[in-house]
Amino acid sequence: MIQTTEAVRNTASLNVDRIREDFPVLGRMINGMPLAYLDNAASSQSPRQVIDAVKRYHEFHHSNVHRGVHTLSQEATGLYEEAREKIRAFLNASSLKEIIFTSGTTDAVNLVASSFVEERLNEGDEILITHLEHHSNIVPWHILCERKKAKLRVLPINDRGEIILDNLDDYLTSRTRIVGVNHISNALGTINPVKQIVEAAHRKNIPVIVDGAQATPHEIVDVQDLGCDFYAISGHKMYGPTGIGVLYGRQELLEQMRPYRSGGDMILSVSFDKVVYNELPYRFEAGTPPIAQAIGLGAAADYINSIGKETIRNYENMLLEYATRKLGEIPQVRFIGTAKQKASLVSFVIDGVHPHDVGTILDGEGIAVRTGHHCAQPVMERFSIPATTRASFAFYNTTGEIDRLVAGVRKVIEVFDA
Amino acid sequence: MLNTHTKNLYQDVILDHNKKPRNYRVLEGHSHMAHGDNPLCGDKLDVYLTVDENNVVVDVSFMGDGCAISKASASMMTTMVKGKPIGEVETLFHEFHKMSTGKLDPDAEPNHLGRLKIFAGVRDLPARVKCATLAWHTLDAALKGERKVSTE
Repeated sequence: MIQTTEAVRNTASLNVDRIREDFPVLGRMINGMPLAYLDNAASSQSPRQVIDAVKRYHEFHHSNVHRGVHTLSQEATGLYEEAREKIRAFLNASSLKEIIFTSGTTDAVNLVASSFVEERLNEGDEILITHLEHHSNIVPWHILCERKKAKLRVLPINDRGEIILDNLDDYLTSRTRIVGVNHISNALGTINPVKQIVEAAHRKNIPVIVDGAQATPHEIVDVQDLGCDFYAISGHKMYGPTGIGVLYGRQELLEQMRPYRSGGDMILSVSFDKVVYNELPYRFEAGTPPIAQAIGLGAAADYINSIGKETIRNYENMLLEYATRKLGEIPQVRFIGTAKQKASLVSFVIDGVHPHDVGTILDGEGIAVRTGHHCAQPVMERFSIPATTRASFAFYNTTGEIDRLVAGVRKVIEVFDA
Repeated sequence: MLNTHTKNLYQDVILDHNKKPRNYRVLEGHSHMAHGDNPLCGDKLDVYLTVDENNVVVDVSFMGDGCAISKASASMMTTMVKGKPIGEVETLFHEFHKMSTGKLDPDAEPNHLGRLKIFAGVRDLPARVKCATLAWHTLDAALKGERKVSTE
């Protein structure tokens, strides 16, 4: 009872009309209709606060970081490092040394594959991932396994789209060098029991990397509580700019790791005979970093905090329940991914209609959804479908937009006589 | 009521070919065949042809899965090319490709597209051009002796 009251209070405290005013793009008309942006899991929109932070940087403070003694360079360095601190706090990492700016989640996973796993992986060793992974948490491991003649093993999922943990211990062997799991599935929305997986892996001293791309916009992420060794995120999934992401890594592990990319800024001293690498986290940030984007990401974290993660979660849960109920009333709609713990997205198929036709017709109504395999082809194969239609919600979406989605889906069914 | 763009594309003829695709079978004893893939969409189809000694397409068929646009395009393609010499089929392929990418206005310039003009609407939907042209690319590959084609 107390929980319900709390949820209602928090939902009420989110003033969606007010929030929408912060997002300039939401005022656009698409094909003569107001934009209903329901493709947030692919990329979310930025509020004016993020856009302005990037703009201000370009207008007043742009310079290179960690290099000059002049005013602009010091300001740029200050803003860039301030953004790092914001992300540290956002993920509750214990030290700034553990926050490495990357170009995104994909880059972060590649960094771990290249600098951590590669030299620990030998012929016959194993890497364990799950059937729910995005291609970004499959392909780097596949390539590494191929090169090292190691084995890529995959934890299965059930018909609801949940990872089956029954035999987890059998999958964690003396040959397992790392476990890769996403916190939230981008294709189905399943929230995975990451903490439980980390605990099981750590009992056997196996490190775990978590793909958190879908989690930071929706969930309260606390890397210390999760206990994971690495956590990868993308800026543009959490209302920030593209081209920026973060790898959180436990300091103890980062310190043992070799540099990823090499060049300027990641060194302390260079001669032709000897190179001394820089300290953490700069050792992993070669070259001029995406400064403006990092500052934008910091502003995005501020923005999420200003609304409140708990408030966001409660409001988005309300949207998820509403969309599930309304779309569920249409007999031709079949949901793919019905996990008990789900983030605010619905993936579905309409028998007899290909998702791309659904997507095109919805676009004609001003509704943006993702149609396709969502860079998770193994998930599609698991459910014997080529693709799904996915509507993914953010805190700026409304039940009115979901009503338009439902009306659009009914129109598709009418046109196709499905 | 559908929006104008989508209404232009999802006309009854296309919906009908999607639902009841013509020449939808494996062609026994074919002389040419290719597999077409549209990896981004997951559209997959096989095109089969029987070409006689006079270089005439005496029979043609297709099998596969995809969206309404790709399926209807494949179906209508088979009805159009059956009985035509290869030279004319190639002309149709080039005209269809140009129309889909907006480089040929079938109402203003001379062409042989006939009822295929119904697909002109895809030029307004860049993401769907590959769906409309997949069958044609596959047919072209089959005639050139290639077994596989991808739109990527």
